[in-house]
Amino acid sequence: MISYLEFEKPVAQLDKRIEELRAASGHDDVDISAEIARLEQKSADLLASTYASLSPWQKTQVARHPARPHFRDFVAHAFDEFIPLGGDRYYGEDEAIMGGFARLGERRVVLIGHEKGNDTESRLRHNFGMGKPEGYRKAIRLMELAGRFGLPVVTLVDTSGAFPGVEAEERGQAEAIARSTEACLALPVPMVATIVGEGGSGGAVALASAERVLMLEHAVYSVISPEGCASILWRTAEKAPDAAEAMKVTAQHLLKLGVIDRIVGEPAGGAQRDPVATAKTLGRAIGEELDALSGKDPAELRRQREERFLRIGTL
Amino acid sequence: MNWLSRVRNSLPFGNKRETPDNLWVKCPSCQEMLFTKEYEDNLSVCPRCEHHGRIGADERLAQLLDLGFDVLPQPEVAEDPLKFRDSKKYTDRLKEARAKNPHKDAFVVGSGAIEGRAAVVGVQDFGFMGGSMGMAVGEAFCAGAREALQRGCGYIVCTAAGGARMQEGILSLMQMPKATVMTRRLKEAGLPYIVVLTDPTTGGVTASYAMLGDVHIAEPGALIGFAGQRVIQDTIREKLPEGFQRAEYLHKHGMVDMVVKRADLRETLATLLDYLAPAKAA
Repeated sequence: MISYLEFEKPVAQLDKRIEELRAASGHDDVDISAEIARLEQKSADLLASTYASLSPWQKTQVARHPARPHFRDFVAHAFDEFIPLGGDRYYGEDEAIMGGFARLGERRVVLIGHEKGNDTESRLRHNFGMGKPEGYRKAIRLMELAGRFGLPVVTLVDTSGAFPGVEAEERGQAEAIARSTEACLALPVPMVATIVGEGGSGGAVALASAERVLMLEHAVYSVISPEGCASILWRTAEKAPDAAEAMKVTAQHLLKLGVIDRIVGEPAGGAQRDPVATAKTLGRAIGEELDALSGKDPAELRRQREERFLRIGTL
Repeated sequence: MNWLSRVRNSLPFGNKRETPDNLWVKCPSCQEMLFTKEYEDNLSVCPRCEHHGRIGADERLAQLLDLGFDVLPQPEVAEDPLKFRDSKKYTDRLKEARAKNPHKDAFVVGSGAIEGRAAVVGVQDFGFMGGSMGMAVGEAFCAGAREALQRGCGYIVCTAAGGARMQEGILSLMQMPKATVMTRRLKEAGLPYIVVLTDPTTGGVTASYAMLGDVHIAEPGALIGFAGQRVIQDTIREKLPEGFQRAEYLHKHGMVDMVVKRADLRETLATLLDYLAPAKAA
């Protein structure tokens, strides 16, 4: 059973009615089953219309929904093989950022992405998807490996931000993020990044400095969390909905701004209602992007990647 | 404002004082009252406690570059494409900042020489909206790099920023990879890129061009970090270690090569430029 978000309450009420009717009805109760069918249609329509006009803050909640597909789900349902690789060779293994060899149909790639976890134990193990320096340094190592062996790089971005902690600072969180961004830009192979949930600040851009940047329909991508922005500019985190609105965090806005290239549709009512279908759709989209980039020479790929960032802000 | 100061301010003659406001400055660290002239002659470093005060872009350029340097024109960038507004419109905040500052935004580039060595110096000015990195800062950073590439000389950048400019949303975040494109080009051209981390350098600026230098110099006591201290404290719920995120702390943890006093900065840069002369690069 999906957990409903606050703004989905009217849908939740309808669904509850449907459940009650189902429980009350006998097997051959024609009147009730017609009523159930009517309510189901109504619920589906309401869900569709709600999701057609989500506010930026509502999208932020969808992007953070615990049942939303995460790295592991995409590995399981979009890719055909995954061989995880571990460690940065300097300090440790950071499971907030996963990476390894993966196969997407016949295409062999290096896959890197944030994993948030889906229960208490796994969330702690993956540190809620908040990468530490060793995670970003592992990403750098894998990108360099990909470059040397001609494997395209695919990234799945889903983080509230890089981990803010004393040890992370001591080990050079900022340097690791900067180098990871640099590693993206230096790749001689195709790179396709997708913001699948939350694209939070530097911790996201470090894995998203690609020539093709995709976003799931209800994902968000921003320089700071709406709460963080609100507490600085409005002096209260309660203004987060206003901050989300003002910062233009949605895929639809970012496509218009030229920050992303393509929006990948989600199932009715969001990816959390059908993680498998979401993963399959995304897998196909990434495959198309990789095919379009294959055969381009390293200089052309780098030029395309550089241009997309150099033009931002220029008139 | 109370009624008395309101009345006094409205009088054309009442507000004048015998001594100008700026004759004395208070050291923000030891609170000592200092003669402004003495303080500025000492490069805005407190002669009592050696606190390195924050300085504007023009003052920094004058301290580092030989006389007769050129200041590059501010690049034109898209202004407020998000039509951002919090309690105030972003365009109004920009107007206010520009009224108080000689430059149009927070990053100023000087092209000239340091003790005779050709150099381009970019300075981020904390006094302009907290030095925050938006499109104008990113574009000016890139313009400085292009100037260095064209002149075939080193690029020195003095960083200072609270982080990214939130009012430009994602477009400010995109300045991180954008600036990194240019640091890579300098590297490929065999030109030195030296970062001088000044107080404070935090957030997305630290996590991009501030940490990609061939040599990292920090000014004494400068706050340098990625995450804000309050955010870290809220996350770990522990007291932060002594001197956390200060220049000396970063030096101890291997993130900066040296902590250099402002009085020695110019000479240090000149020496480094001798070692990193482009002619030596392959």
